[in-house]
Parts: sequence; C-alpha cells; structure tokens
Amino acid sequence: MIRKLALSALAALSLAATPALAAGELGDITDYSFSFEGPFGSYDQAQIQRGLQVYTEVCAACHGLQYVPFRTLTSETGPALSPEAMRAYAANFEVEDPESGEFRPAGGPDHFPESGMETAPDLSLMAKARIGFSGPYGLGINQFLRGIGGPEYIASFLSGFDGREEMQAGTMFYYNTAYDGWVSMNPVLFEDGVEYADGTPATVEQQAQDVAAFLMWAAEPKLTERKKWGFIGVIFLVLLASLLYLTNKRLWAPVKKQAKQG
Amino acid sequence: MSGIPHDHYEPKTRGEKWLHGRLPIVGLLYDTIMIPTPKNLNWMWIWGIVLMFCLVLQIVTGIVLVMHYTPHADMAFASVEHIMRNVNGGYMLRYLHQNGAMLFFAAVYIHIFRGLYYGSYKSPREVTWIIGMLIYLLMMATAFMGYVLPWGQMSFWGATVITGLFGAIPGIGEALQTWLLGGPAVGNPTLNRFFSLHYLLPFVILGLTILHVWAFHTTGNNNPTGVDVRKTSKEEAEKDTLPFWPYFVIKDLFALAIVLLVFWMIVGFMPNYLGHPDNYIEANPLVTPSHIVPEWYFLPFYAILRAFTADVWVVIAAEWISFGIIDAKFFGVLAMFGAILVMALVPWLDTSSVRSGRYRPMFKWYFWLLIVDFFVLMWAGAMPAEGIYTTISLIATAYWFGYFLVILPLLGVLEKPTAPPATIEEDFKTSVKKSSGKGIAPEQIPAE
Repeated sequence: MIRKLALSALAALSLAATPALAAGELGDITDYSFSFEGPFGSYDQAQIQRGLQVYTEVCAACHGLQYVPFRTLTSETGPALSPEAMRAYAANFEVEDPESGEFRPAGGPDHFPESGMETAPDLSLMAKARIGFSGPYGLGINQFLRGIGGPEYIASFLSGFDGREEMQAGTMFYYNTAYDGWVSMNPVLFEDGVEYADGTPATVEQQAQDVAAFLMWAAEPKLTERKKWGFIGVIFLVLLASLLYLTNKRLWAPVKKQAKQG
Repeated sequence: MSGIPHDHYEPKTRGEKWLHGRLPIVGLLYDTIMIPTPKNLNWMWIWGIVLMFCLVLQIVTGIVLVMHYTPHADMAFASVEHIMRNVNGGYMLRYLHQNGAMLFFAAVYIHIFRGLYYGSYKSPREVTWIIGMLIYLLMMATAFMGYVLPWGQMSFWGATVITGLFGAIPGIGEALQTWLLGGPAVGNPTLNRFFSLHYLLPFVILGLTILHVWAFHTTGNNNPTGVDVRKTSKEEAEKDTLPFWPYFVIKDLFALAIVLLVFWMIVGFMPNYLGHPDNYIEANPLVTPSHIVPEWYFLPFYAILRAFTADVWVVIAAEWISFGIIDAKFFGVLAMFGAILVMALVPWLDTSSVRSGRYRPMFKWYFWLLIVDFFVLMWAGAMPAEGIYTTISLIATAYWFGYFLVILPLLGVLEKPTAPPATIEEDFKTSVKKSSGKGIAPEQIPAE
C-alpha cells in the first residue's frame, strides 16, 4: 500500500515537474565536440582563425566584441596571428580616438567596436552567457557531464533556422529550433557563404562550430593558461597531501600504539 | 585557557622575560596553539581550519582585486573583464575569489551541521554558537553584496529582489529600502555602498572569528562523544587530550590539502559551473531575467522565503490576526530570518541531557532527515515558484521549523539515550582497537 502510494506520488511529481521544466528553457541543442573541452582541452588554432573569419565576414556587420582588444589576436593559445597580420586586420575597423574624438583606423591596443545595431547584443561574453545543457530536474548533472554548453548553444542556434518565417507587427521573425521560438535575427550562415583559406568545406554546421569556438575564445581567452595552472596545482596538492598524510601517520603512530596496548 | 590543566608558557631567556612582563603576547599565542584537544576528534572537526583558510583567501584575493576594480555602474562590468583579460593572473584571482565564496559556504554548512549533530551548541558552548551564527549572518551579507559588484544581470536583479525584502516590512519598509539603496531603485549609489560594506564586513568577521576561537578555547573543544575532558588533574587531562600543535595542526592541514585539491580542480577546470550564465550579461534595468536565482548557498533560505504564498492557511491566519499588517510577502521575510533565528536558539530548544547525537537513537533519524530537508529546500529554491515546487518548499519549510521548535524540545523528554563512554580516553582506545581489528590502517582512526 505504502509502496503503491509512493510510486503514484513519484509519478504525479514527475508529471507535474515536466511541463514546468520544458516551458521556455532550452530548445534543440546539439552536443558538438570542441577541442577545448575537458581538463586538458585547448583551442584549435586553425578553427579559431576560421571562426574569426566567419565573425569578420558575417557577424561583425551587426554584432560587436567590445571587451576584446585587437592585440589579443596574437595570443599563442588563441588565433595566434602574427603582429603584422593583427595590425593589418585591426586597420579594417574604424574606432573613435579617445583623445581627439575623431575616427581613425584601429590599432593593436584598441578594442573591437561595439555592436553596430542596437538590437544586436555584444558577443564578447556570449559563449559564457548562454547554456546548452541543464538538469535533469535542476540537479545540474547534464552540465557536469557535458559542460555548460555556451558554444554548443551558439553553434546550434546558428544552424537552427528551419526556414519558417512570420510577419508580426511589421517585423519579420524567424523560427529557431535551438531557441525553440521566434527570433528577430535572420539566418546568416549559408553553404559556402565564406571561403576558408585552409580549404575546409564551408558547410553551415562547420561555420557555426568555427564561429562558436572563436566566440568561446573571445569570452575566455585565458582558458588554456587557466587549465595549465589547474594542472600544476593538482600535482602540487597531491604531493603536499601525500607528504602531510605520511607526516600525520607517523605523528599519531605512538599515540595509537599506546592506546592499543593500554 | 580552557580550564583544562596543562603546562603554560614560561619565558626563559632575558629577552623573553622582558617582553612577557610588558606584553604577554607570546604566552597568549602559546596557550592558543597548545590548547589540550580531545584525542578522539574525527574528520568533521577539520572544517574550522578550512574556514579560517577561506577567510584569509577571500581577504587576500579581494584586496588585490580591488586594486583593479572600478565601483561605478557604468564601468564595473568592464573593469571585471579588464581583470579577466589584462591583469596578470587576474582570471585566477577572480575565479579563486568567486569559487572561494562557495567553498566558504560549503565549509560553513558542514561546520554548522557538525555542531548540530554532536551537540556542540549545548552548555557551556552557547556563546561560541551564537558568535558562529553572527559570523554566518555576516557571511551571507558579505557574499550577497559581493555578488552585486560585477554588475551583471543577476547582480542587479538579485539586489533588487533582496533589498525588496526590506521593502516588505510594514510601515517603514519603503523608506528603509530607499535608504539601503541610496535611491528609488538599484543604481550607482547602491553599488558604491555595497562595495564599501563588502570591504568592511570581512574584517568584522575576522574579529568575530577571534572571539569564536577564544570562546571555545575557554570551554575546551567538544568531541564526538560529547563527554567532557577530565579536569581534576593534569595527568588525567593528558590521558584525554593531546596538544593542538602538532597533532591536530598536521591532521587539519592534511584535510585542508584534500579539500583544496577538489577546490583547485573546480577553479582550474570548471570555474563557471556553479555560477549563473546571466551574470556574464551586463546589468540592464529594462530587461528582467526569466528566473532570478540566487547563488546555490542561498537557495534553502530563498525557498523558505517563497514558500509562503497568499493561499497558505498560516499566512491567511497571520493576515487576519494582524489586521492585514502581515501579508504574504512580509510573512515570507519573517520566515526566512526566522529559519536562521531558530537555528541560533537551538542551545535553549534542545532539552536532551545527552550532548552527542551518537548516543541518541531517535534524534539521529530526525537529524538526517533535516540534512535531506536542507537539500530539498536548496533544490526547490532553484526551481520556478509555481505548481508543485511551492508545495514541496512548504512541506520542507514546515519540517525545518518543526525540527527546531517541536522535535528537539520533545525528544529530550521522549527519547531514552544510550550510555556514552565514561571518558574520552576510553572512546579513543575503543576506536583505535576497533579499526585495527578490522585491518584498517591505524592512521585513519580519528576518522571513524
């Protein structure tokens, strides 16, 4: 009887819980595999460079990267552009000189511009501001096993337009399966929309993953360094803990011996 | 100190005697570090040192972070990004500080529940307990204000919700909220005063920590049996205790190294796992996040706050009795602070004559149910406040209050405790023999 009650209570609970969790939260997110996942993962330089190209040719028209300085494009663990290539790249952007107030071509110390379109959010931190996985039941197990999923969300979003369009109050909306709803951003990635210098076939999914990886670098440029320190710290602490364990064992041995005899 | 007979510091050289006659600070430190400590302390007694470490870690990383942070509503978010990208090692400092707050709370909860299980709050340690509760309250205030400083979406809206609690106080609420915020809504004045207080309060916590340590050095440590150290003679006391240095310092440092290993892995490999992604979006007063969720360590009390909706009968009753002064919102606020208040009053709510839960067969069940209850509340606090979740929160809240206000007072009368060992020495010998008999290495002993 009690068991039956408990079972039906459990069933009722899970039934009641499901719609509340399904409501609004996450759409269809593909668990793409990225090189920077896991404790030893780091950025794939070629992919970050391809992503930078997609950002430059597609996203930058509307979206800014206001917290990213151009000089960081030379980062060894990121896009690793040469200083000359970085300066040539930066010169394509116009920035307002903070001293003279006039517009001039950007240089290394300048940041990427802010978003050119008011409704387009800045992308500097987008890969950390979105989640791809959650739950189940708010327990955080999926995030733990598969990662928080910001880049997966971005890649799924960019390749998640299913072609449905709708005019609402004079604005065109597009259905996105990752968002699981209508969005005002139109599909921007197309087969061979960019031409990769390294010959990688520019499918929509490829471009989406590349730009997602680039945006992860933009959001977390010190990821590789951080993991390196994490690893060094783990080694050091394992060593320290082992030594302290042996010291403690030795220290307490006479006390315990006495207790055993007494 | 500690009322346990033991050797005191004797200045030997001329220099030591000179200083001791003028400022006996060496003697004070000696007595503090050499305090006779019960031999049988288990691994649940290591969290004090972990907490001490956390406080120092937060103060040190915090002081360096302040050197690079700009407390202004227009610049705070960008200055945090400056720390993350441009300051040497800034990303580590910030992640250490952010996750350090979480380690601090994880440790304080284990520390508190250890005290609740082993009856560490009971006479004569009530003052230690009360000071501990004050530290915990200040920790919550400090963490809350610190969370506002990066000026992300959750910072802003968390501040709006929590200061709104004070707005729910009848009569003075609105004026009080405006005074706290420095304006009609969360804005630059709020950020500035929170920054100032976030820097001040840790030093108040430090002061209270010294009092906390002083208080239990006066009464002596509790221990897993709850049996007092024999104080009749130095010889007997020495059979029950060992000096804190080196026996417990080394043991605690070993435990700290293990705890830090886990902590360091989180900082190094998944520093954002326990945070909220919305806080990487700059604060925007015009856009409200779909769910405003506090950090995990506030969730149990957040669930209690939200459990009392207007259709709960106690709320209806309270509103009717108070002629409408206590509405659902204010009731929730009272419940949230009440949940901590009943915990602070536990030395006078627990009527049992036996200190340690180890010898209380009925108490054990209710205690572990309280632990489960705490996690259920934490989970319910993260869920949207609708449907089944408010019911779950309400049941879990009822148990929280029931445990402190009904179960603990009654258990002392109803329960028949088993007999604790006569002395700490006896308990220590039994556990050493038991574990070596089972073929477990003797060094694991104080672990149970």
